[in-house]
Amino acid sequence: MDNIILFAVTSVTVIGAVCAAMLCIASKAMAVKVDERIAKIEAALPGSNCGACGFPGCGGYADALVNLPGTKPNLCPPGGAAVAEQIGEIMGTKAEALERTVAVVRCLGDRDALQKKMDYTGIPTCYAAKEMFSGEGACAFGCLGYGDCLLACPNEAIHLHNGLARVIPSLCISCGLCVKACPNHIISMEKESIATEVLCNNIEKGAVVRKKCGFGCIACRKCAKECPADAIAVEDNLAVIDHDKCTACGHCAEICITHSIQKMALKQ
Amino acid sequence: MDFSSLIIIMMSAVLVNNFVLIQFLGICPFLGVSKKLDSAIGMGLAVLFVMMIASAATWPIYALLLAPNGLGYLQTIVFIVIIAALVQLVEITMKRFMPALYKNLGIFLPLMTTNCAVFAATLLNVSAQYNYAEAMTNAFGAGAGFLLAMVIFAGIREHTENADPPACIKGLPLALFSVAILAMAFMGFGGVVENLFG
Repeated sequence: MDNIILFAVTSVTVIGAVCAAMLCIASKAMAVKVDERIAKIEAALPGSNCGACGFPGCGGYADALVNLPGTKPNLCPPGGAAVAEQIGEIMGTKAEALERTVAVVRCLGDRDALQKKMDYTGIPTCYAAKEMFSGEGACAFGCLGYGDCLLACPNEAIHLHNGLARVIPSLCISCGLCVKACPNHIISMEKESIATEVLCNNIEKGAVVRKKCGFGCIACRKCAKECPADAIAVEDNLAVIDHDKCTACGHCAEICITHSIQKMALKQ
Repeated sequence: MDFSSLIIIMMSAVLVNNFVLIQFLGICPFLGVSKKLDSAIGMGLAVLFVMMIASAATWPIYALLLAPNGLGYLQTIVFIVIIAALVQLVEITMKRFMPALYKNLGIFLPLMTTNCAVFAATLLNVSAQYNYAEAMTNAFGAGAGFLLAMVIFAGIREHTENADPPACIKGLPLALFSVAILAMAFMGFGGVVENLFG
């Protein structure tokens, strides 16, 4: 009897000890050296893992900065210039300045401005409404008004006002998640210094747009003709502002017949 | 031992006795990691891999050490120790020599140290008195069955995410409903092996 117990206990102990010894040796022999700069950079990053830098999370970006030569230290939009500078210090390189970008909803068609084409009682998300004949509104290029972007925003910078998504620029952390969430692709990231922007995406002819929405760009070309810097062109029935040429005079916003060009105040 | 008996063991482990859907083993990772197809495939492959190496290691220990000495009753505790140590070892090795693979599969490995599906596969090899080739086939089939169930269920779940169910069954209840229907569908495979290959 004693022998059986002794033998059982010994064999289990020996097996356990062998496993433990094996793991000990393996963890010592095959330890992977982790660059301590990675941990430092990760601590400096905001840690919200939004993925706006193009790498899988903050850890992925920190890893790429150290191990992939040529990765720029200014790719973190939520962290902005401050984080870029910190990363530059850790890596021993000088950071290039990064201008803050802000999400802009390129649509002005709220419930009052936009004609309705039907009553939509389906699943109340933009994604579902888009599948069902582009939702209630007559315009297929505008804000669907169910707030998919609002749910995507990690900082509650977007709210719905009369069926139209609006961004509060001071709360925007430039992560770009709303841009990906919008099924109509009407949200874009714009530099905070821009003075005016065309807030319409409809590429239909002017007469058609006019019937559907009070704020649509009807491609009348007035802004293109009157712009003193020649920065506005009309392509596909839609005015496009070249922000590199724009001198921020604000003239286009004042003369736009349908008010689809608006002055922007995105700076904090 | 001939080739057809291996095929029967394999088919029975993948379909008829599917570890997740018929024997209800490994439900925790099955429900936890099946929200996205990518991670479901990763987890399924990791389970397949660990089942293979666990069977490869535990079968000789049982056949050469425990059974001849009348210590068969110690199989539970010994197998748990060996599987846990083995998974850790694989994780360390993979991190050192295959960092790319570690990034894809490595994060699932710690979840598997005490996975009951892996443990059940090794116990089943012993209790069914399989020889080494049969045991490895059974382990591969069990892992492939897990992978199959994961992939099917992750596909279903990605679609039900976009549905609009009543609030009371949204989330996990809906997942359990769909997995119940899937399990019933898999019961249709009962008898397939006996009638096709038997």
